[in-house]
Amino acid sequence: MSENVNIKINGAAMSVPADYTILEAAREAGIDIPTLCYLKDVSKTGSCRMCIVEVKGARALQAACVYPVSEGLEVMTNTPKVREQRKLTLELLLSNHDRKCLSCIRSKSCELQDLADELGVEGISFEGEMTEHDIDNVSPSIVRDNKKCILCRRCVNMCKDVQTVAVIDTMERGFKTRVSTAFEKPLSDTACVNCGQCIVSCPTGALYEKDNTKEVWDAIADPEKYVIVQTAPAVRAGLGEEFGYPMGTPVTGKMAAALRRLGFDKTFDTDTGADLTIMEEANELIERVQNGGKLPMITSCSPGWVKFCEHYFTDFLDNLSSCKSPHQMFGAVMKSYYAEKNGIDPKNMFVVSVMPCVAKKFESGRPEMEADKLRDVDAVISTRELARMIKQAGIMFDKLPDEEFDVPFERASGAGVIFGATGGVMEAALRTAADTLGGKSVEDIDYTEVRGIEGIKEATVNMGGMDVKVAVANGLGNARKLLESIRDGKADYHFVEIMACPGGCVNGGGQPIVPSRDKMDVDVRVQRAKALYSEDVNSKIRKSHENPDMEILYSEYFEKPGSHKAHELLHTTYIKRNKY
Amino acid sequence: MAIPFKGTKEQEAKLMEVIAAHKDEKGATIPVLHEAQEIYGYLPIEVQTMIAEGLDVPLAEIYGIVTFYTQFSLNPKGQYPIGVCLGTACYVKGSGDILEKIKEILGIDVGECTDDGKFSLDATRCIGACGLAPVMTIGEHVYGRLTVDEVEDILKKY
Ligand code: SF4
Ligand code: SF4
Ligand code: SF4
Ligand code: FES
Ligand code: FES
Repeated sequence: MSENVNIKINGAAMSVPADYTILEAAREAGIDIPTLCYLKDVSKTGSCRMCIVEVKGARALQAACVYPVSEGLEVMTNTPKVREQRKLTLELLLSNHDRKCLSCIRSKSCELQDLADELGVEGISFEGEMTEHDIDNVSPSIVRDNKKCILCRRCVNMCKDVQTVAVIDTMERGFKTRVSTAFEKPLSDTACVNCGQCIVSCPTGALYEKDNTKEVWDAIADPEKYVIVQTAPAVRAGLGEEFGYPMGTPVTGKMAAALRRLGFDKTFDTDTGADLTIMEEANELIERVQNGGKLPMITSCSPGWVKFCEHYFTDFLDNLSSCKSPHQMFGAVMKSYYAEKNGIDPKNMFVVSVMPCVAKKFESGRPEMEADKLRDVDAVISTRELARMIKQAGIMFDKLPDEEFDVPFERASGAGVIFGATGGVMEAALRTAADTLGGKSVEDIDYTEVRGIEGIKEATVNMGGMDVKVAVANGLGNARKLLESIRDGKADYHFVEIMACPGGCVNGGGQPIVPSRDKMDVDVRVQRAKALYSEDVNSKIRKSHENPDMEILYSEYFEKPGSHKAHELLHTTYIKRNKY
Repeated sequence: MAIPFKGTKEQEAKLMEVIAAHKDEKGATIPVLHEAQEIYGYLPIEVQTMIAEGLDVPLAEIYGIVTFYTQFSLNPKGQYPIGVCLGTACYVKGSGDILEKIKEILGIDVGECTDDGKFSLDATRCIGACGLAPVMTIGEHVYGRLTVDEVEDILKKY
């Protein structure tokens, strides 16, 4: 508990906690101060000077995002001098900016563009020399275009301090300053894990996902192709934001309707894949526990986390569950079981995954992700790319009816839905493991200890007489901490869930981008997770093993979890990668 | 860039000593980079990687520091280091054109070294020979009152 201090902003007196900055105090008082380099919980460099204010008694204008409040402080946020200076700063920034908004991916969701509008920039009076930069688009997940970069460092701080991957940084100085990798290598030649958190931190069009919508449009237009789409749980929790719905509105029904209208032959739910993952993973866990296998077992459904492990924690590779991630499993089921059953030549099948994640683009291209020379998944598009396709197709999203996913596989469980939030995979696995180990159906299935956005969560759950110790980490900085404590023998668990993105997939690198100023008011991770937990509560089936399609899949095809066939199609292997 | 790294075991051992001496020290990176440059003469990727691993500092951060400070060099010195003075007196007398000519002949930029390791090129501040402006040095040798046309013949002598 910190004490309060009395301050005045624009003449109005208020009492605020002593550890606030002027920016935080003003925001609470309903006063909006423009910012650019500040990103709550991530970046506080005080370098862009967009947030300058007049502080009584101080000679120069001060940056509100870093200036602490103190007793008696008097601040003016909206004087002619402040407005002039902010405008000048922005115009200077824009004079070395590739101002091609019409063809820029971030147009309409760009913080720089918003500021130019708000501050009334009319013409750029100085036409500066433009810095030359090449676009790095070698990575299957991420594109970097430094011509749009304003050097705010939000991406650098995200990658370095939050994710502890640290493959991008600021290089050189003065006019030549740029964000880049060591020795200017393409991102794909570094230990970048493709989490895309840099993208969702960036205020401009300098970082964006590799666009795969063209391949999808081409497949849909090709009469030879049988095009199947599947959507991950977190997509329904974020997609609505692209169409003006309040954050946290689940839009499952409209999303299914939109996909159908885009022309996909079948519209399925990755949650079925998630249920299948739980069947395999719970079985793997029980086997490891009973046969003295390597523990803790760690989840493998977050490809950003998997690559992080392959670069930085190679001593934990055997701890990773051998299960493929849900959409890869589902793709493999499509090209085997589903193709056979429906007499479709799997070579003509084209499986599209809509994901909240850009690391899934890398994952689907991994050489391991195929069986019988058939790729599990042919294209991955992010939530943002799906929104673009819907807009391009002239579909008025809000006017769509609510529709169901296609039959079969329309009956995924609530356990599959919560996969999209941190702790969700753990909870889903516990629901199934508890029934299996206890030999009876457990009633109380809300494992609230593993829910919520805390970086590292722990719980001990008694199942069939055995105390199962579990831990959940979200965000790679937290994963690093957790793994180090396991490595040092300070903690021991049976089962660990790790998701690369803070808050889990709902806050993935492929989700709609939320302006930094909105992030001061709402917690994206909490709001979007609510959409998933509400869908879970309303599900008729809330345990993966009670999804009737699992019964069908195993009796007709896979026989039992961990079978030979399951291993061929649903499991994978990992490799050691270099750090540098 | 194309010059292969020729670090020796002795150099590596020395660097490891330096890293060990500074490890766990706050702000160790810059002093270690200085000593590494003393040992190797420049800071190629191989050396920066050893420092990154040794100090447990991300390579991107190290590279950021090396490119930020002009005293660090990414390229080795050539057998014959060339310095073209860009001090005021020389500049007024056209040393900028001389620099351009050398770049053109050798196909390298300031701060770089030719692929055969023979020449490296730097732009220097006033070297105190303004009376001879424009001035260029190759190794210890000073060439004064230069014209652009003489440059090619001078380089051929090496
Ligand atoms: S980054 Fe923003 S301001 Fe720059 S071109 Fe794109 S939309 Fe326009
Ligand atoms: S994708 Fe993730 S790991 Fe790669 S540069 Fe961006 S933040 Fe860093
Ligand atoms: S790439 Fe984006 S987030 Fe990173 S420094 Fe540039 S503008 Fe800022
Ligand atoms: S200096 Fe405050 S937002 Fe950039
Ligand atoms: S300016 Fe060139 S030697 Fe003085």
